[in-house]
Amino acid sequence: MSGILEVKNLSVSYGIVPALKEISFHVDEGETVALIGPNGAGKTTTMHTISGLLKPVGGEILYCGKNIVGTEAHRLVTDGISQVPEGRGIFPTLTVAENIDIGAFIRNDKEGIKKDKEWVYSLFPRLKERMKQISGTLSGGELQMLAMARALMANPKLLLLDEPSMGLAPVIVEDVFHIIRQINKEQHTTILLVEQNAQMALTAAKRAYIIEVGQIVREGLAKDLMRDDEIRKSYLGL
Amino acid sequence: MFFQHLINGIIVGGIYAMVALGYSMVYGVLQIVNWAHADVLMFATFIGLILATKLNMPVLVMIILAAAFAAILGMSVERVAYRPIKSGNRKMAVLVSALGMSTFLQNLAQLIFGSTTRQFKAIESKTYMVGGLSISNLQILILVVTAIMLLILYILVYKTKVGVAMRACSVSVNNAKLMGINTNLIISGTFAIGAFMAGVAGILIGVYYSAVYPTMGYLLGMKAFAAAILGGIGSIMGSVLGGFIIGIIECLGAGYISPAYRDAFAFLVMIVILVIRPSGLMGAKRIDKV
Ligand SMILES: Nc1ncnc2c1ncn2[C@@H]1O[C@H](COP(=O)(O)OP(=O)(O)OP(=O)(O)O)[C@@H](O)[C@H]1O
Ligand SMILES: [Mg+2]
Repeated sequence: MSGILEVKNLSVSYGIVPALKEISFHVDEGETVALIGPNGAGKTTTMHTISGLLKPVGGEILYCGKNIVGTEAHRLVTDGISQVPEGRGIFPTLTVAENIDIGAFIRNDKEGIKKDKEWVYSLFPRLKERMKQISGTLSGGELQMLAMARALMANPKLLLLDEPSMGLAPVIVEDVFHIIRQINKEQHTTILLVEQNAQMALTAAKRAYIIEVGQIVREGLAKDLMRDDEIRKSYLGL
Repeated sequence: MFFQHLINGIIVGGIYAMVALGYSMVYGVLQIVNWAHADVLMFATFIGLILATKLNMPVLVMIILAAAFAAILGMSVERVAYRPIKSGNRKMAVLVSALGMSTFLQNLAQLIFGSTTRQFKAIESKTYMVGGLSISNLQILILVVTAIMLLILYILVYKTKVGVAMRACSVSVNNAKLMGINTNLIISGTFAIGAFMAGVAGILIGVYYSAVYPTMGYLLGMKAFAAAILGGIGSIMGSVLGGFIIGIIECLGAGYISPAYRDAFAFLVMIVILVIRPSGLMGAKRIDKV
């Protein structure tokens, strides 16, 4: 098992205000890793920096052994990093089918695209029923599924999921996480998952990092963290 | 008489529409008003004039070459005046930069071409009478070229991958990047397409009124901007509709009320429509705002 993603001493600032202070973590190939933390901890900042939307002020991001700091965001998608952003980032004026198509924007292999499209529609049958619907009219759960389907159409090696549970009813959250596990198991897609919902994140992930005010404060196996008293108190409300 | 005014209105309206699209598409992608747009148009018209008179080029070749020049100039404007502005009070900085670029281009044109109004006779004018209406070969040329341009734009935006990328950028540049779209390239392309159409429009209007001068972009640009606002800035369909509405009302007003107020009608219509619908005719959220 080698590190597909290795973040080393990464620092990011908005203007002069630091958001990440030398954080380090890694994700191995085929793993699901969770990054858990409260509001404003720096989770989205971490995702945006990995995706190339933000430039760090220091540190390295090694992807498949290569430092990708400074690489343009659109190239990273071609290299295999797809992100489902916080709030889903669906194009509301396009239909469901058009949003799925745009997920495959970087690809030219017609046959492969067709096969993957069938696969994502089988993963999310609700989307298939709604192919012609304008995406802006979908429910929150359907939007999250569409965003995930769209990201999968790029055929990623590393899938970044920023708060997939946000704003969803508990039953829908269960569904979404079931599919996240399925993607990891069936496609062996490596997943980095950002969550405030520690409960769900720890059931889906093998390992997790806890981030607070821009710093990693804990790390460990999900099953150990779930039993940890401190974590149970602050993150699981138990 | 009504139909005569209507035809005249459609002809200038199509030209306004082509210019309006440039304002609108750039606004759609970057949420900025490119005040140098009309000056790019003026520059291209001068280039067209030189190609036609000094080099005796055939009209269509001249239009294409001058418009291609406009496209390059439009892209350069984005690179020099807008792209470097990334932080701080971005809106204000962009406005100042846009106005500066506009003034620079006008002054440069005055320096190179002089400030006198030049005549532009690209084709021998002939007028035909069809069922009591008079239409010139020049008007027919304008109608045909406008129709072709709008059709090509429609296909580009709604039927090609580049169009998908443009529409994605107009929703959110960051989300477009996450789809693997090279947004800088799309933004450049948007400026190029807008400027190309403005170049074509500039030449057509320059030939139509046989007048080319360094400040020619000003009034034309203001009317086209009014058309874009009226149609709902950011909306492709809205800009085309707005262009035709302004052209037609202007010609009807000039014909039935007084030619002296010709230029006032455009702005009057814009104000009236914006009072009724502040987001413009097609500026509603559900419309693609490329
Ligand atoms: N565009 C921005 N400009 C300035 N500061 C920002 C910006 N975006 C985020 N921040 C700040 O950076 C810090 C980290 O924000 P970030 O969005 O990464 O947190 P998060 O962990 O994703 O939070 P949430 O759970 O609420 O999504 C916060 O203090 C936030 O206020
Ligand atoms: Mg966040």
